[in-house]
Amino acid sequence: MRGKLPGARRIAGVTEPLSPEPALAAERVFKRYGAVVALDGISLAVMPAECVALVGESGSGKTTLLRCFNRLVIPDHGRVAVGAVDAANLDAIALRRQVGYVPQDGGLLPHWQVQRNVEMVPWLRGMADVTELADRALMLVGLEPALFRARWPGELSGGQRQRVAVARALAAKPEVILLDEPFGALDAITRADIQRAFAAIQRELNVTALLVTHDLNEAFLLADRIVVMRQGRVEQDATPNELRQEPATEYVRQLLLRARVVAA
Amino acid sequence: MSRQALLPGLLLLAAAVIPYSSARGQAAPVIVGSKPFGESFLLAEMFAQLLESRGFQVDRRLGLGATEIAFKALRTNAIDVYPEYTGTGLLAILGKRPSSDQRGVYQEVSREFLRRYGTRWLPPLGFQNTYAIAVRRTTADELKLATLSDLARVGERLRAGLTPDFIGRADGLPGLKKEYGLQFRSVRALLPAVKYQALAAGEVDVIDGYSTDGFIARYDLVILQDDRLFFPPYEAAALISPRLQRDQPAAVAALTELSGLLTETSMRRLNRRVEVDGVPVARVAAGQLLALGLTRAPAGEAEPNAENTSDRGVLPYLWGQRNTIFGLTLRHLLLVGVSLVAAIAVAMPLGLALERSRGAAESVIRGVGVLQTLPSIALLAFMIPLLGIGVIPALVALFLYSLYPILRNTYTGVRDAAPAAVNAAGALGMTPRQVLRYVRLPLAAPVIMAGIRTAAVINVGTATLAAFIGAGGLGDPIAAGLALSDTRLILSGALPAALLALGVDGALSLCERAVTPVS
Repeated sequence: MRGKLPGARRIAGVTEPLSPEPALAAERVFKRYGAVVALDGISLAVMPAECVALVGESGSGKTTLLRCFNRLVIPDHGRVAVGAVDAANLDAIALRRQVGYVPQDGGLLPHWQVQRNVEMVPWLRGMADVTELADRALMLVGLEPALFRARWPGELSGGQRQRVAVARALAAKPEVILLDEPFGALDAITRADIQRAFAAIQRELNVTALLVTHDLNEAFLLADRIVVMRQGRVEQDATPNELRQEPATEYVRQLLLRARVVAA
Repeated sequence: MSRQALLPGLLLLAAAVIPYSSARGQAAPVIVGSKPFGESFLLAEMFAQLLESRGFQVDRRLGLGATEIAFKALRTNAIDVYPEYTGTGLLAILGKRPSSDQRGVYQEVSREFLRRYGTRWLPPLGFQNTYAIAVRRTTADELKLATLSDLARVGERLRAGLTPDFIGRADGLPGLKKEYGLQFRSVRALLPAVKYQALAAGEVDVIDGYSTDGFIARYDLVILQDDRLFFPPYEAAALISPRLQRDQPAAVAALTELSGLLTETSMRRLNRRVEVDGVPVARVAAGQLLALGLTRAPAGEAEPNAENTSDRGVLPYLWGQRNTIFGLTLRHLLLVGVSLVAAIAVAMPLGLALERSRGAAESVIRGVGVLQTLPSIALLAFMIPLLGIGVIPALVALFLYSLYPILRNTYTGVRDAAPAAVNAAGALGMTPRQVLRYVRLPLAAPVIMAGIRTAAVINVGTATLAAFIGAGGLGDPIAAGLALSDTRLILSGALPAALLALGVDGALSLCERAVTPVS
């Protein structure tokens, strides 16, 4: 494990001022859908450049929480902040253009070539050098722009599609990127490749990442901190090492056992 | 590049054919109409040629739906004259009880039509076309049948094949039974197209016909005399529109020249030439006008189809008609193109609007779908009081029929377009408008195009019915051919219409491929 501490890089970065403000914060957030409570007063903070994984079973509320940060979900109560600004005060469209997003199925526009897909957010933001930004993002995810620019999403393998989706999320150089089960649908070998690639990118760009996954191994591989969610609350919030060594509850222990992260 | 390519294409098509429709004349031509059966075509053609020979410009609107449509058109001055029968005027238009008093009926319809509608009956042409009960000559000889009273004596030994219409109406079988005490061994309902053959083949012994049918002579049938004068008189006469009556007395005078000159015998012979021998209506009409001394022999004015065309094959015939067919096809395309473009212009935005208010969507779409279930002829007839006859009501009807497939496909296409891509586009900051423009619409384009294709093909077919309200197009020869039992005439409309449907479908399938995103 990388054993990286939150804020470690900020100490290394000479010119960056020490900032105590989290890049993403949720405070006592409630959200219910009819009779179902999706988020039950949950709080979370993600520090700049940190990668936090939200894990838990289906229905634990992890995706709902993720979507609060680009206002795809509006909380019933509580405060959600992005870069120290209350998300409720942000224009949803502008916010979404600021925050990278990778959905599970990639969500590439099938009628747009790779280049136009990757250029989408810079184009929406009216940035000047969209092509350059797209090329750079493609190179980051390990796709040679000259080879992939003019390909249609339908011509790509599953792994390549997810790489393009990551490139699209990163092209406008966001400070924060949200990933919703980004690699869940891939086969094991492809998944391992792309996970390694993503870990490297995240470290290189110092981008803050919030990752939803049901795969604990993925969380251990990529995250600085793992938040185990259950029924809309935090069951445990810890570094991978702490989690492995000291599961806070029987539920967490069982989860780790099932994922074969720890031996029985 | 999707819709941008489609709309100009259709507009171009419309622009190419629109001038064709505005080719009509300056000095108010006399518009001659007819109902869709042989004798009506023939009489109308005689009216038209008579007027032309007197220097009037004539516009033919032959084969209009039926009494309802033709008379509505006349009342509203959409046509100026058509041949009608006094009995039909009395029963079908005035809704009065049948009467056997020939003079009285003519006087009554003359008076009432002028009073109620401002339309005028010219003096009768001189013959009646009433119901005629016919038997084979051998039957008549064997059973010594000359009158309906004779028939009543032996009716229980005979099998009748009657049109459904005749079996039902008061001046048909029920009245006949009452008046003559007539009973048959059996009564079968037969359509007009087959009853003569059924009688000739001995399948039935008695049929109902019309006294001037061309087939009566052909099959050597005997018409039994209505010795109790049960059938109301159906005297043929020209019926004149209020406009012609008011504005063109000279044309009315010209038409009156034909009054009293036709007899049942001569009409039967003329109908036979048209219906049985397949001689073109125009030629039969010209010959009769000449024989009556109403026109002079055309000096060196060679008729284009002067040789007898009836024994030529279908393909040479079609080739000979190619200019006519081409013109009709253009007119057909005009009807289809304009109504389709209008339907696209309405149904697509409506479909998109409904996608945003899905609560209302299903009921609105179903409402539009109800239009689809209206029989075309009924819808066309319904249009006449509002819009008259001709191109405009036809366009409106075709427009209404085209809405549903386009609306349904636009709505479902946009609603169901690649949900993953739609969600991602929204999550990355496209506005709903951008999602619609850049994601939903392009992805729905093939489905929308499929709806347009469906509408277009239905439209090409339905447009053939526009002939019944005088809108022209490829329905014209179909309606005329059906009325005259002329297969080649029917084919000269039906074959191009079928090819047109295939062509339109093919062209639109290319459009569909052009707008289909690669995936």
